Amino acid sequence: MRFALVDCNNFYCSCERVFNPGLMGVPVVVLSNNDGCVIARSEESKKLGVEMGTPAFKNEEMFKKNGIQVFSSNYALYGDMSARVMGTMRTMVEQMEVYSIDEAFLALDASQGIAFARELRSRVRQWTGIPVSVGIGPTKTLAKLANRYAKKNPSLNGVFDLTTVEPDEILAKIECQDIWGVGRRTSAKLARSKILTALDLKNADMALIRNALGVVGERIARELNGISCMELEELPASKKAIASARSFGHRVESLVELEEALATYIARVGEKLRTGKLLASRISVFLETNHFRPELPQYHPGTQATFLRPTNQTPELIGTGLDLLRKIYRPGYQYKKTGVMVTDLVDESSVQMSLFGNEGEKHRIALQKAVDGLNKRLGRNAVSFGSMGLDEAWQMRQERKSRCFTTRWDDLLVVS
Amino acid sequence: MELMFSMIVDPPVPFENRKKLRIPLFSTPVQAGFPSPADDHMDKALDLNEHLVSNPASTFFVKAKGDSMKDAGIMSGDIMIVDKSVSPKDKQIVVAMLDGEFTVKRLRRKSGQVFLVAENNAFPPIEITSEQELVIWGVVTFVIHQPK
Repeated sequence: MRFALVDCNNFYCSCERVFNPGLMGVPVVVLSNNDGCVIARSEESKKLGVEMGTPAFKNEEMFKKNGIQVFSSNYALYGDMSARVMGTMRTMVEQMEVYSIDEAFLALDASQGIAFARELRSRVRQWTGIPVSVGIGPTKTLAKLANRYAKKNPSLNGVFDLTTVEPDEILAKIECQDIWGVGRRTSAKLARSKILTALDLKNADMALIRNALGVVGERIARELNGISCMELEELPASKKAIASARSFGHRVESLVELEEALATYIARVGEKLRTGKLLASRISVFLETNHFRPELPQYHPGTQATFLRPTNQTPELIGTGLDLLRKIYRPGYQYKKTGVMVTDLVDESSVQMSLFGNEGEKHRIALQKAVDGLNKRLGRNAVSFGSMGLDEAWQMRQERKSRCFTTRWDDLLVVS
Repeated sequence: MELMFSMIVDPPVPFENRKKLRIPLFSTPVQAGFPSPADDHMDKALDLNEHLVSNPASTFFVKAKGDSMKDAGIMSGDIMIVDKSVSPKDKQIVVAMLDGEFTVKRLRRKSGQVFLVAENNAFPPIEITSEQELVIWGVVTFVIHQPK
């Protein structure tokens, strides 16, 4: 058994390019929520020296001067394109673990090597327009390193099979902090024991590693030795929490505006709960002022509540959430962000529904279904709860967002 | 890729992996009287997706603009169903990227030459020269048209 790690190249930028041929060969960046900083760069932008996390507002001039095309993040588009990439790969493998929005591990058999990787890559490219890199290795950790190697060496055309070469030469060139699962702190610890590269870690004394880093570190070292310790997790771990939090486009002071914003986020969380057929047992709400303005008064409160009966009904979630917000709200601060998180999620089916469920409950569920149905047909928030407000002055800045080409009828690509 | 914001991005969860538990008991109120004679012959409703979309991962909806393809039955405002997984063949209608611009035309190959041909006499065929860059984005498999 071998593993492949498939990773979409500069995924968000690549999504933008699928629907905008004018972006081919042009430097592209995608900004975080609220147009704050750079979270994705095309190869051309990387070559121009644009770093991850570059604040956008400080670099408008530089973007303009270099002809860098700047986009607000469009998660509706990226999410849909991700599902298409994963769906395409599913046509070629039996077992697969979707690891993140732009990465997946695949289980391969002995016959699936470089030729298979090339075919997979070209199929994903043709079907979805998204370029991917494929790394193959005897363990997940090595597959991840193989993928990294494929990306760093353009002559490999995006595919590399670590099982066909003597890996030590390559491992010697990889610093510990670039190994999957090894963070900056761990690599600093390793450096103290003169373990600097992946090869050092591979050859290190296991007992020493276990002592210094625990079982997790030992597992990584074993995986570097080709001993598979991490299985494919095909079933996504049941979600432990769902959150929705954004920064505001401008500072918000009034409780009314905060309430409207929070109610909208809570509605979104409710939608996610119902789509996942989950119920939330706890809800927490927080408020934040701007950390980056230390000269202004700072206040970062949060609080939570437990539901007597787990729920996924938006009115109930909003009611409780807004109560919490009113408890922590203090006037006189300029708020930058508010958010909600629901935790202790349980499966809808695992909760004993009252056989004699009262009529009111039934009506509430029917109402919620009708609202969800309308929003699905007419676009998000076509029908909303009164507390969500109408003008949404607090909405996040997304001045350069591309259209939702694949999820909105009004946003389709137009071709003449 | 590192995500640099505090929002949780959920990986797409395939629906078939989600747990389902059906409890038929008391799920519908018991009714007195005769059952509908159609109950034993229930069929699922027709789903247009089954007819129009053979490969969901690679199928995109694209709106047509202008009348360069009117003789092929593609009118301005129509929604074209475009499958990127279909290998483009001679005479198929394609969405193409020509020198950085999208266009929908009929693909023709004649004696080693490639043409993009409009279906409207007012538009001359475009012969693709070696200096031009042509990428076929996808093949139009259906057109949804609302009659006047």
